[in-house]
Amino acid sequence: MLNISIEVTDLRVVRGSTVVLPGLDLSVRAGSITGLLGPSGCGKTTLIRCLAGVQDVESGTVNVLGEPAGNPTNRGRVAYVTQADSVYPDLTVRQNLDYFGALYGADAAAIDQALADVGLVDLSARLAADLSGGQRARVSLAAGLLTDPEVLLLDEPTVGLDPVLRRDLWALFAELAAAGRTLLVSSHVMDEAGRCDEVLLMRSGKILAQTTPAELLTRTGRDDLESAFLAIVEAEEAA
Amino acid sequence: MTGTLATARRVLQQLSHDRRSVAVILILPSALLVLFRYVFDGDQQVFNRVGPQMLGIFPFTVMFLVTSVTMVRERTSGTLERLMTTPLRRGELIGGYALAFAAAALVQSFISVIVAIWWLDLGVESSWAVVLFTVLDAVLGTALGLFFSAFARTEFQAVQFMPAVVIPQLLLCGLFVARDQMAPVLEWISVVMPLTWATDAFTESLTASGLNGAMWRDLAILVGFVIAAVAGASLTLRRRTP
Repeated sequence: MLNISIEVTDLRVVRGSTVVLPGLDLSVRAGSITGLLGPSGCGKTTLIRCLAGVQDVESGTVNVLGEPAGNPTNRGRVAYVTQADSVYPDLTVRQNLDYFGALYGADAAAIDQALADVGLVDLSARLAADLSGGQRARVSLAAGLLTDPEVLLLDEPTVGLDPVLRRDLWALFAELAAAGRTLLVSSHVMDEAGRCDEVLLMRSGKILAQTTPAELLTRTGRDDLESAFLAIVEAEEAA
Repeated sequence: MTGTLATARRVLQQLSHDRRSVAVILILPSALLVLFRYVFDGDQQVFNRVGPQMLGIFPFTVMFLVTSVTMVRERTSGTLERLMTTPLRRGELIGGYALAFAAAALVQSFISVIVAIWWLDLGVESSWAVVLFTVLDAVLGTALGLFFSAFARTEFQAVQFMPAVVIPQLLLCGLFVARDQMAPVLEWISVVMPLTWATDAFTESLTASGLNGAMWRDLAILVGFVIAAVAGASLTLRRRTP
């Protein structure tokens, strides 16, 4: 039996008068990287916020690690790295991580490790405000790694990073997954789907397909993931 | 408790990287007091009569502004959302803010009391009571700033709350016109405004040595307002938002 770490049933989220998620079902198995892909505005961030337990939900159940999302026992076991880099610009890199570390009860060694994982050791005394956008995003990611969480919810973690850094981060994600961690990584760049074990294709608040990248190509008969996604969308619209 | 201390330390670290704000917090109330003193240069009597109340009002205003803007920044930058996914409790977050700014307020109050009493020759009976109420006023400004920041979506709005919250209290607190000479409705309203009680305490400090009965009452009321505002502020924090 597969070990399921995220399970969502009939999730409905309404914001103002807009139905963002009309009724979504999803399950993600432990120890894998799942790519959440779809155009901007399709509900990726809202779904991730639901899993992190910070989104007002109208109905449906959201379970992460067997607990309702946002349950106090999950704080520290589930890391949420927001799309906007949520770090304090007027603190140094190290001070940022020291603060989040103190809240989680992480020790100095864990902070050093997280800094090394995202390649920011040399910049640790720099003010976050003086960093580039990509560097700040990595500080934010490092803060999410401090507790060695079992589930990582990463909202567009590789936006604005150069190819070398992107490769390094994906290598880190693969390492984490191999160690049994569950990663849900959102992106609107289709070529990142190829680095995932599974992909979730999302559009207008619905999951169009949950499959492996290889299967997606075979099923649609296309040879790149971008056009495979388009094929799925077109098939959906025709139906 | 760990969360409160870690948050207080973080807020003070943030402040320490912002030299201009530190200067504003520490020096501005004293500078305004000096200005006030020399506006009434021809009549030291006026300064002696309303100087002590000013000693409380300037730090109250400055701390209200600093705190509400800092808190709105936390809400809008995404860091608050991140904090809501950590084990940090809401009361610990607000407590951390209150503690950090109270520490800043303490230093600020010492500076302005020293300037007022030893440089500007402000005549008060018990200077330590003046220190106590000045600190309390600054902490009150912090507490109200934490609370009112919940109703501002942007830093721009937060700044505009300053005149809305501070000026009516300033007008009604009994500084310009004795409260019993105002229209009865205004007198009733002034009863629920914390600055009224702070002003009363400073007026008492002109003549009372130590804390008299009225000052104990003022102290209790002000502490009550601080606790209510801090509690209200932590209730306005939501783990889940739309």
